[in-house]
Amino acid sequence: MEPVLSNQTGPEGKPSASYGVNKKIILLGNEAIVRGALESGVQFVSTYPGTPASEIGNTFFRIAKDAGVYFEFSTNEKVALEAGVGASFSGLKTLVAMKNFGLNVCLDALLPFVYTGTNGPTVIIVADDPSCHSSAQSEENSRPIAYLAHIPVLEPSDPQECKDFAKLGFQISDKFKIPVIIRTTTRVAHQRMPVVLGEWKKNLPFEDRFIKNPKRWITLPPRVLEMKKELFEKIEKIKEFSEKSAINQVSSSKFKVLRIGIITSGVSYLYTKEALKEFKLDLPVLKLGFFYPLPEKKIKNFIKGLKKVLIVEELEGFLEAEILRLAKESNCKLEIIGKKILSAVGELKPEQVTFAIAKLANTKYQIQNTKYQIQIPKRFPQLCPGCPYWLVISAVKKAVDEKEVIFGGEIGCYMLFGNAAIKMQDYLSCMGSSVGIAHGIKKATKQKLITFVGDSSFFHAGIPPLINTVFNKSNPLIIILNNQTTAMTGHQPHPGAPASGEGIKIEEIVKACGVKNLKVIDPINQEEFIQTIKEFIEKDEVSVIIARRICALLAKKQNEKK
Amino acid sequence: MKKNNHEFNILICGTGGQGLITLLQIIADAALSEGYEVRTSELHGLSQRGGSVEVHIRFGKKIYSPLIAKGKADLVLSLEMQESLRAVNFASQKTSFLINKQVIPIPSEKPLTEKEVSTNLKKITKKVEIIPAAEICEKNLGTNVVSGIYLLSLSAFKKILPLKPDSILNSIRKIIPEKYLELNQKTFELAREHK
Repeated sequence: MEPVLSNQTGPEGKPSASYGVNKKIILLGNEAIVRGALESGVQFVSTYPGTPASEIGNTFFRIAKDAGVYFEFSTNEKVALEAGVGASFSGLKTLVAMKNFGLNVCLDALLPFVYTGTNGPTVIIVADDPSCHSSAQSEENSRPIAYLAHIPVLEPSDPQECKDFAKLGFQISDKFKIPVIIRTTTRVAHQRMPVVLGEWKKNLPFEDRFIKNPKRWITLPPRVLEMKKELFEKIEKIKEFSEKSAINQVSSSKFKVLRIGIITSGVSYLYTKEALKEFKLDLPVLKLGFFYPLPEKKIKNFIKGLKKVLIVEELEGFLEAEILRLAKESNCKLEIIGKKILSAVGELKPEQVTFAIAKLANTKYQIQNTKYQIQIPKRFPQLCPGCPYWLVISAVKKAVDEKEVIFGGEIGCYMLFGNAAIKMQDYLSCMGSSVGIAHGIKKATKQKLITFVGDSSFFHAGIPPLINTVFNKSNPLIIILNNQTTAMTGHQPHPGAPASGEGIKIEEIVKACGVKNLKVIDPINQEEFIQTIKEFIEKDEVSVIIARRICALLAKKQNEKK
Repeated sequence: MKKNNHEFNILICGTGGQGLITLLQIIADAALSEGYEVRTSELHGLSQRGGSVEVHIRFGKKIYSPLIAKGKADLVLSLEMQESLRAVNFASQKTSFLINKQVIPIPSEKPLTEKEVSTNLKKITKKVEIIPAAEICEKNLGTNVVSGIYLLSLSAFKKILPLKPDSILNSIRKIIPEKYLELNQKTFELAREHK
């Protein structure tokens, strides 16, 4: 049985919400979010896979039917959010999950949603990846989205809080009729610990209706400006809620005599507590569960009597900037230490936090064992043995002079085309961009260009730029890597390869976009592939080759099932 | 369990696809069953795919951080021999290394020998054991996919890991899918013979 489904039914198999309550089971942060949503009675869940948020969707994909929840992998994060907006407008309790870059994709839909507010309570999970363990493109810190969108943002530290904050998120959304973001990071989402189970609230059947109300759901001027004013009023009320909330807490008030303290949030809180444990120090720590709106009075109160405060936060110092502002009003002599000693690049490590706290408390601390640095060559991720992309690489290498051709990269397993052994990547940005950028390059220069885009990426954000190459007339050669799954994030289905039944045919979309040079080839047919590349790369109009061969890992999985 | 600070830190290293997360789940579950607080950290996605992987497991009386601090590992289980060298940051003279002798070559690099690995690690700690786990499993069980379970079980029998072998076995039964359970139980028993 799926661990997150524990205590759905009692010992006799009858549904019993109270069975097993307070039992502890080990959950991954992402599973704990799923559990929190189930305990809140979530009804509608949408997502686009992206690590470190992927297991939220994967888990719902497996359990949705048993849990009585509607779940979908949407085509991209904007569509996922829009689906969630529609569900919320119609009264459903809704969860939308994505990784940080997904937030950028759905931003256009997010801002008006905060203006209109929710009907069914809505929680949006956004997972950041400090140190880019499983991300290309940028080390994004999503927190300041709160300032742009005026949306409450909560930051859990561990799986228990993932579950508790998910529930609190739904409560805040319900009370204030506003969507709430829960922002995790890799070390929270991929952390495991025993989590105390709560009562599983049976979700309600879909009996709600969309009730027409132009005043609420239409964001047109002049009403939209009134909505902004109403939103600001809402945020003031949520600020009061934040002031009283137990998730913004001072964990100790001893050692006040030292007049030093620590303000922290997210996983940094755990490193802080670990360091204090090591030093047997009991400094006052203000842990902020709310990133926005901040409990300003609570913070001012905390820093009032202090000489020095250490801000322990990962990536850019947004908390630090806020505290600097608040200190001007309540304690202008306060020394604020943060990004001066804790880097804004890369995730924090426990020993770095310990070092910073030692500095704050004038305690001696040496990071252990830095003498024995043994250099061994880095082991980079690789395309799997038997990956169909090897066949594509081989054909391209035989068909063209690599020095003469520009190669466009994208987000997916084929990010690895940039590896030293392959060297077929000259630019790489975000989902769908390989085609958009190819168009710009082809407008600027006569150099030959081949760009790669995966099938899931094509559905996600590759179609509008393809249409643009036709509409605005450029001639890149686009190779769509059709491995019939979203491989990198763990083999989620996509519109071209649904879990059951026939998918949408990519070649029909490409044709409908007006592309004339089009071939679908299994790259195992090397000769045909090579000849087609040679022919298409000379064309004056855009060309598309769909390289259709199933992901080797997925094929293996499917065979094992049989 | 160390008497002074009541915590135990295990780092498992290897390459993507070697089943590190399963081992992590077994240890975490066993530690919970013995009444400890547990926290773990792992990586998914791009960080797998045959690259170097490390996972952290910490258990004890009071545990906050899911990550082990530099120099604070009590035990390093390395499922690939060369990868054990990447764990030196986490090691001190108190650290035990239990290493699978198996080598998965790093593309276009000359593989390190057992002697090179062991000489380097012994600069830090005397407690280094390199065991031909993959070979032993291959010979006795016909497959080396269970090398990690073998090493883990061995560490419990040798008492390098302060959890009862029975707790490990119970957690193997809970975590491993039924299809593979018999093989894994046999692996556990094999480690008992070799302790």
